[in-house]
Amino acid sequence: MADLEKLKYTKTHEWIRVEGNKGVVGITDHAQQEISDVVFVEVPALGKTVGAGEEAAVVESVKSAFSIYAPVAGKVARANEELAKNPGRVNAAPYAEGWIFELEGIDAGNLEGLMDLPQYEQFVQGKEA
Amino acid sequence: MKESIPTAEAETQPVEGLLPVEPLLKELSSSGRRAFELPPLDVPAVDPARALPADWVRREPVPLPEVSELDLVRHFLRLAHLNFSVETHFYPLGSCTMKYNPKINEELSALSGFTDLHPYQPEESVQGMLGLLWELEGLFREILGMARVTLQPAAGAHGEFTALLMTRAYHASRGEKRRKVILPDSAHGTNPASAALCGFEVVEIPSNARGRVSLEAVRKAVDGETALLMMTNPNTLGLFEEEVLKISEAVHAAGGLMYLDGANMNALLGLVRPGDMGFDMVHVNIHKTFSIPHGSGGPGGGPVGVGPALAPFLPGPLVEEREGAFRLVSPEQSIGRVRSFFGNVNALIRAYVYIRALGGAGLKRVAEGAILNANYLKAKVSEALEIAVDEPCMHEFIATAAPLKKATGVRALDIAKRLLDYGFYAPTIYFPLIVPEALMIEPSETESRATLDAFAEALSRIVAEARTDPDRVRRAPRNCPVSRLDEVQAAREPDLRW
Amino acid sequence: MNFVPITERDQQAMLAAAGVDAFERLLSIPPGIPRAKWNLPKGLSEPELTGLLTGQAARNRTVRTEVSFLGAGATEHWIPSVVRYLFSRGEFLTAYTPYQPEASQGTLQAMYEFQSMICDLTGMAVANASLYEGASALAEAVVLALRATGRNRVAISRTVHPEYRQTLKTYLAGSEAALDLLPHRDGAVDPAAESKITDQTACLVLQLPNAFGCIEEWAALIRKAKAQGALVIVSADPIALSVVRPPAEIGADIVVGEGQALGTPLLYGGPYLGLFACREELLRRLPGRIVGRTRDANGRRGFVLTIQTREQHIRRSRATSNICTNEAMMALNAAVYLAALGKSGFRELGVQNLSKARYAHQTLTALPGVEPLFDRPFFNEFALSLPKDPEQVNAELLKRGFLGGLALKRWDPKLANGWLVCVTEARSKEQIDRFAEALREILR
Repeated sequence: MADLEKLKYTKTHEWIRVEGNKGVVGITDHAQQEISDVVFVEVPALGKTVGAGEEAAVVESVKSAFSIYAPVAGKVARANEELAKNPGRVNAAPYAEGWIFELEGIDAGNLEGLMDLPQYEQFVQGKEA
Repeated sequence: MKESIPTAEAETQPVEGLLPVEPLLKELSSSGRRAFELPPLDVPAVDPARALPADWVRREPVPLPEVSELDLVRHFLRLAHLNFSVETHFYPLGSCTMKYNPKINEELSALSGFTDLHPYQPEESVQGMLGLLWELEGLFREILGMARVTLQPAAGAHGEFTALLMTRAYHASRGEKRRKVILPDSAHGTNPASAALCGFEVVEIPSNARGRVSLEAVRKAVDGETALLMMTNPNTLGLFEEEVLKISEAVHAAGGLMYLDGANMNALLGLVRPGDMGFDMVHVNIHKTFSIPHGSGGPGGGPVGVGPALAPFLPGPLVEEREGAFRLVSPEQSIGRVRSFFGNVNALIRAYVYIRALGGAGLKRVAEGAILNANYLKAKVSEALEIAVDEPCMHEFIATAAPLKKATGVRALDIAKRLLDYGFYAPTIYFPLIVPEALMIEPSETESRATLDAFAEALSRIVAEARTDPDRVRRAPRNCPVSRLDEVQAAREPDLRW
Repeated sequence: MNFVPITERDQQAMLAAAGVDAFERLLSIPPGIPRAKWNLPKGLSEPELTGLLTGQAARNRTVRTEVSFLGAGATEHWIPSVVRYLFSRGEFLTAYTPYQPEASQGTLQAMYEFQSMICDLTGMAVANASLYEGASALAEAVVLALRATGRNRVAISRTVHPEYRQTLKTYLAGSEAALDLLPHRDGAVDPAAESKITDQTACLVLQLPNAFGCIEEWAALIRKAKAQGALVIVSADPIALSVVRPPAEIGADIVVGEGQALGTPLLYGGPYLGLFACREELLRRLPGRIVGRTRDANGRRGFVLTIQTREQHIRRSRATSNICTNEAMMALNAAVYLAALGKSGFRELGVQNLSKARYAHQTLTALPGVEPLFDRPFFNEFALSLPKDPEQVNAELLKRGFLGGLALKRWDPKLANGWLVCVTEARSKEQIDRFAEALREILR
């Protein structure tokens, strides 16, 4: 199981696990519950450069499409091809096999604006109040 | 086909090999059967292998099903019996105007003198047809308060697209290239989709607390890049946009144009005309206001009326009277065409019959009846569900299941499905997006008080069920040929052909 | 006529329930907006309407009162009585779009069957539940290709129907896209035109048979398109596909077309039926509705609209198209028609069309001064060159009870003597012979 405390979180419910200048991105458990059954994931093209807060992927349920934003600026190094066959992984294992894409060329300084786990949990609770 | 896992809502264990409600044509097929015979060939037979180049010859006949005429009739009749339809059920679908479809429309549009016309016949051989279309344009001009009307678009969305193309042409003719289209967050999805298809940038503005287009937001958003503002009136909450004249002023002052999405025309007939509210262009849906049947999805028709400044840009051809005869003519600065041939002519004939059947007074009565029925139904429904905006509505209103969801977990979707069990088609749900758990209810003017009472009663019962036995509602429908379908599986592993 | 059932008594009670004492109190139309004043004719009863419309209908000559040899994108075929019967069933005709699948299994299954048969005809993996008609279907295919490839240029043959090319031009106005028109030689797209297909080309657009009725040679063009990564779009006549190879087998990525010939009368041009089929890889970009098979909560087979997130009601400005209402009843016609003919009947239909057209071609070109305009294989339509102005000829033919072929000067002033004749299974030998006789007389 991924160690949730090591992740950083965005207000748009993405998480990022940073290692050096790379970061793997997915959506949180709260997000996958809101979205309900994922039927399709549009992953970003390899090599694409994205800015912080820019739409990088789209997660679709039967009734809706949800934009997934890059938590920080970077270049897409990998995308989770398994999701094409098993989009449900995003629901079943949002922090592990349900990862969506990986960025490289990340500047660690840019992570400052992101939340840690307690902050994110509080943020979610505030929303649900 | 891969076996799918039924959803958690399943009432019983899935029964493997549960017979389908009706076989597919392919499953009914039996080699050697045939329904339709052609007359025998009376000229020398030509072998395709000889007549066509070798690499164009089809090697195997198309593997179409082989069935008898009885198989065919039974199959499609049994399918027909699986459907709800206006003829059998009340459809309180907001924004769709599911009124009764008069049979005289069907009978008269089916006359051979209309159905057996080739679109390229010489004009002198179709003067009756051209005369009818010319008259129909005139009727729409009068109803809408517009200078000219194109009958070419095949649907409302097609009409919107046509209007956007004319908008671009209009501004280009004045040496301007305006990029933006403003529309409210309550707009029907086709509005931004049409704008995007046409290459415009969509600027969405928020509705105010009373569900209307915010005049302030319009004034802030409008600038020299504004090509068009698109709005619906009454809006998608069924409320009249009282500030429409001021909105129009603001947009025109900035050099932009005003477009009315006329999907809700049913509420305006004989009361106010789009041309008198400051709109430069408007589309109507003949499959909504003008009574032609919905046809399970189509055909429809989306005539577009325009003011004099836009008339030169209309798609061609239009019908005009020249020297006592009707001719097909293209306007000087026409945007071109948005489809082949003239338009959905046979559908338009049904609308013509309807307008001639009702006449001016009858059309006005439609709007009055629609508004009265909606307000009456709103009063009855308010006993069961919260109404989103508490004021008199026009031809439709929005109820919200948000409080019910909070209290019982039962959502608008569940209510919709349970209504099917009670023998009513569901209202429009989850639209407009600005009201959570929305149910958009439009009774139309052709429904009787008894039907409205029965519908309100059903809703009350369902709300009561939600409070005492919510699972009953969440497992609905249970009286339909199928229960809730696994749409997740259908989207994850599409099976789109036999 | 009146369809509003509200009586005086109803009105009183309903106003009371709504909490107002007069109807006007329900209206929130501000005083600044003028109330409608219009001048419309009085309403009519059914007998009066019947009198009016039959009078208008009687002022038209039709393909029943005259013998027609007109095609050019709309064709006359025998329509089984079963088609008209099922079209009139209110359970289909007055049903709504099948968004609530449990109440719409009839429509959904019929559309699934339609999709399947269109896949069978075209050889494609996926077909949608219809678009408006052939020209806008072609435009939608081009828009798909532009978006899928990110390129700007459209290589389109001049032998594609002019109204389809005009529609495409209108659809693309104001976008960055540019049309590269491929010239034609002797009635078919010029193979040398392949030089116009470059790595900027989003798609190659061809028609089968082409607007002049000719069946073309495409191998080199398609090879070039594939090599350059351009999508291949073919607009095909579905009746021709009874005997002609499915475009999927020759490299098409998208097949569009006009489905009117499949069980819908001529109707003076509409409503018709836009066909759209494509390879599986393009599924997520598909415009319009599509029906999929699934199971219900009890495991029973059922059908639903699927991958709706492409559509306008969900994706709004980012939808694959803006289409909402389509041509479902015409798709029903097509499904019934194809099933009524069945595997052997559809093939026989193709052979009859081919045979009658060839007989007519022989008979007409035997007349002095009448020459084939092009030397190409054809299906049920061919172009001739007449020694007299074809429009004059048509006027004379009309006096004798015939609707002659399309005068091609309408499409291309350089083809001033061109005449496009269509001969389907609906023309008898006797009619063809009389037509030839009339033409002989007129040309004398």
